[in-house]
Amino acid sequence: MENVAAVDLTDKSDESKSLWSHAWVQLTRDRMALGAIIVVAVYLIVALLSFMGLIAQDWATELGPSYAPPSSEYLFGLDIFGRSVLLKTIKGAEIAMSIGFVTSTIAVIIGTVLGAVSGYYGGKIDEFIVWFYTSFSSIPSIMMLMAITFILGKGVTSVYIALGLTGWVSLCRLVRGEVIRHKNRDYVNAVSSLGGSNFRILFKHILPNVTHIMIINFSLQFQVAIKSEVILSYLGLGVQGRPSWGTMIDDSKLELARGVWWQLGSATLAMLIVVLAFNILGDALRDALDPKLKGKS
Amino acid sequence: MNIYVYIVRRMLYVIPILLGVCAIIFLLFNVVSPDPTLIMLGKHATVEQMESLRRELGLDRPYFIQYLDIVKSAFTFDFGRSWATKQEINTMIANGAIPSLTLTLPAFVLATLVSISISLLVAFFRGKFIDKFVVFICVAFMSISSLAYIIFGQWFFAYKLGWFEISGYEHGFPYFIPYVILPIIIWMILSVGPDVRFYRTIMLDEIYQDYVRTAKSKGLTEKVILFKHVLKNAMIPIITYVVIQIPFLILGTLLLESFFSIPGLGSMTLNAVNSLDFPVIKAVTVLSAVAYIVFSVITDVLYTLVDPRVRLN
Repeated sequence: MENVAAVDLTDKSDESKSLWSHAWVQLTRDRMALGAIIVVAVYLIVALLSFMGLIAQDWATELGPSYAPPSSEYLFGLDIFGRSVLLKTIKGAEIAMSIGFVTSTIAVIIGTVLGAVSGYYGGKIDEFIVWFYTSFSSIPSIMMLMAITFILGKGVTSVYIALGLTGWVSLCRLVRGEVIRHKNRDYVNAVSSLGGSNFRILFKHILPNVTHIMIINFSLQFQVAIKSEVILSYLGLGVQGRPSWGTMIDDSKLELARGVWWQLGSATLAMLIVVLAFNILGDALRDALDPKLKGKS
Repeated sequence: MNIYVYIVRRMLYVIPILLGVCAIIFLLFNVVSPDPTLIMLGKHATVEQMESLRRELGLDRPYFIQYLDIVKSAFTFDFGRSWATKQEINTMIANGAIPSLTLTLPAFVLATLVSISISLLVAFFRGKFIDKFVVFICVAFMSISSLAYIIFGQWFFAYKLGWFEISGYEHGFPYFIPYVILPIIIWMILSVGPDVRFYRTIMLDEIYQDYVRTAKSKGLTEKVILFKHVLKNAMIPIITYVVIQIPFLILGTLLLESFFSIPGLGSMTLNAVNSLDFPVIKAVTVLSAVAYIVFSVITDVLYTLVDPRVRLN
């Protein structure tokens, strides 16, 4: 008896390992995807170091004359108050990465739970959730964003919540569809005839089969959030009292006419690199993880 | 199922969705939002002042009535008056729609034509360097903030080179043209990236179908296959994608209009947000939701009419 159990266990771990390790091998073999992973990792490390107060702590210090252009002394130039644009960009990376991480987490959790419940239980619950997200997504997301940030007040927390609350619908649709496809499969019937509860079937057995959709969506939502932060900053609803790429780009609308391009340049470039990396990573993840695409070029 | 029954059923489904939209708007602006009278009157307002303003704005009535108001406006398109300008909101919308459309309509048509042409080109060269290069450029263009394009474009092409008007607008054809050219170009740069990627996927989905293989084995040239067979079949998702974007054209564009001072619906919305003009914000939200829902019904119906493979269910 013990022997059988042991065999079962190794079988299972082998299978799940091969799926993810297969994807990992495919990802790292793709040079663009590998580059994207490295870029994202570097940004995460910078953001983490800045979050822990190890770097860019003194971004607010006045280092020299207002609007000093980039030079060997001031690498990315200085802003209106003589603060280092480089340190502001690093501090901005912290904000951007935290916004990306927190909002994608919120959106993925809401989307997955609602989609899974809707698809699995069907009936009235499904009708209600579909009705809710259809209504919700009929409202333009920019109006939703403005309304939510207005209600919650300005600041980074309301940016997190507003972007998190507006980004879940597409994932919810996908998860619902996948769960509907899975719920009548033999393995689900087997678990339920063994006495597994609905909760167990859904979260322990079906959800692992939609994890790839969650991961792909997380990576897409991440960069959407970083881009949306800029729009919110322009609308005056963004991060307050600390530098973000959005406020830096927004500030530059008055600076360009005076020949000050380095705030716009630094923030745009910093954003371009990481958003591009997330875009490439998202595509590569889809190729590596989506079983439907496997075998196709 | 009969096609007419399908259309009627699909249209009836609009009603619960609209009620849902109204419920969300009601929750956001009438229930959980901070008291607008407090913001309008400032910190030193007396209770009496606030009460009378609340009565004037109709905020003292029961929630149920306030919800019905929103529902009524969604079905009758009567949005009342603006709090800030005291104008009829319908007049404001009628005035703003034309300037918005002079910008968004040509921009959308041009961007769609350019994107479809590029996607046909990359579908022709699929898998080759030019295909990969174009896709990479599209993704790179999409990775730059839209605000950065606008700020840079306005400064460089209008201010520094003086090729275009920096901002402003004149009503009537052809006077508005110099003011909308630069916004149109920026719009195109913003939308060609995602559009090309979308259309390319559609074309590639078709290219790997059996009928393409048949056409090839018949000896048809790649050009004939691409333009006569693939494009025709790809038209269905293309039409869907195009039609669903139409409502957003009428609503204009928040960022472009405000940067270039074009007095369209985007500018109107932004002003309403800045002055907490709830009726205008609600009207724009209701209107865009209605337009979105109606146009998704239209695309669904078009889909079933155009594509005989779609079964009604």
